[in-house]
Amino acid sequence: MNVLLRNPRRTIEVHGARTVGRLLDELGLNREAHLVIRNGTLVPGDERLEDADTIEVRPVISGGSG
Amino acid sequence: MSKCRVCRAPAVIDLPRHNANFCGDHLLQLCRRQVEKAIKDFRMLEPGERVLVAVSGGKDSLAVWDMLLELGYQADGLYLGLGIGEYSDESGDYARAFAADRGVALREIDLRDAHGYDVPTAAKATRRVPCSACGLSKRHLFDSAAREGGYDVVATGHNLDDEAAVLLGNTLRWDVDYLARQLPVLPAGGGFARKVKPLVRLTERETAAWCLIRGIDYQVEECPMAAGNRHLGYKAALNGLEQGSPGTKASFYLNFIENMAPLLAAHRSAVVDGLNSCERCGAPTTGEICAFCRLVETASAHDPVPVELVSGKRGRR
Repeated sequence: MNVLLRNPRRTIEVHGARTVGRLLDELGLNREAHLVIRNGTLVPGDERLEDADTIEVRPVISGGSG
Repeated sequence: MSKCRVCRAPAVIDLPRHNANFCGDHLLQLCRRQVEKAIKDFRMLEPGERVLVAVSGGKDSLAVWDMLLELGYQADGLYLGLGIGEYSDESGDYARAFAADRGVALREIDLRDAHGYDVPTAAKATRRVPCSACGLSKRHLFDSAAREGGYDVVATGHNLDDEAAVLLGNTLRWDVDYLARQLPVLPAGGGFARKVKPLVRLTERETAAWCLIRGIDYQVEECPMAAGNRHLGYKAALNGLEQGSPGTKASFYLNFIENMAPLLAAHRSAVVDGLNSCERCGAPTTGEICAFCRLVETASAHDPVPVELVSGKRGRR
């Protein structure tokens, strides 16, 4: 599956079905700091992602302290 | 496949702090209720008041504007052009697109046009981190725009993660002055409007989900000036705790407001009573000239600095 990551914006290829939670764990990303979008739709942590899916892992943390 | 706790439809999000999953409609319902509760419990807004929303083009400010409009408040937006290269250009476009789509008023102030500087130049001129000059400029200009525009309230998109991270920083330094003033509502005073934070009961993940489900396009990319700042480190630390113990951020911040903030009331009054009015602009200040007027004086005298020369560099805080 194609996985879009941000900051910096880049796409990686991940092979094999897995859950959203496992994908984030493998990428070393905190679930509290990200949303996962499959083919344009938000999906929860136990959702199973397939090779044909297009995935966006969207960080939700804003950095301004002002 | 997980189901919505409310209606058993397929869930779109898991919220461990609520020990539940939600479909899109019921995630929106949860967010609405949390915002209504914050507004009611902290007495943020009264019906009929004119609200000025501080809009950055990011998820939180667009979400709070969207929610206040949906709840029936008369809420205009104010966008500040900070001069942070393409990032600012794109952020302004998101704010304008939202306003045009909703048919609501968006006021705009460009820092360089109005005050002769931008955030990268201010950072270089003052040798402080960009977020310091940026936050100072925003606070002052939203205050003064609200006063000049006759608004009763300034609403910002500060969320639970923002407030918990600031609280952690203030606590690690035992900065009692800042702790005493870290409230979800700052009362009006000295001719300035009340300031409210209606999103303090929602996490960033929840406000981002609100925007996705509501179809609100927002600036997803991180501000190039904020990368690696201390505030982000505090957020990462808190999210590390949250992942192992869901609800930690909410209990840390909301219990501070309920249990600790009242104990600091006397100190808060002393701090506020000790403030003077800036000789140049009338804003509250501990000295004779406020920090914003001093920033304008220093930064506007400096040659313009491109964003690439400042981003990613860390200076004094």
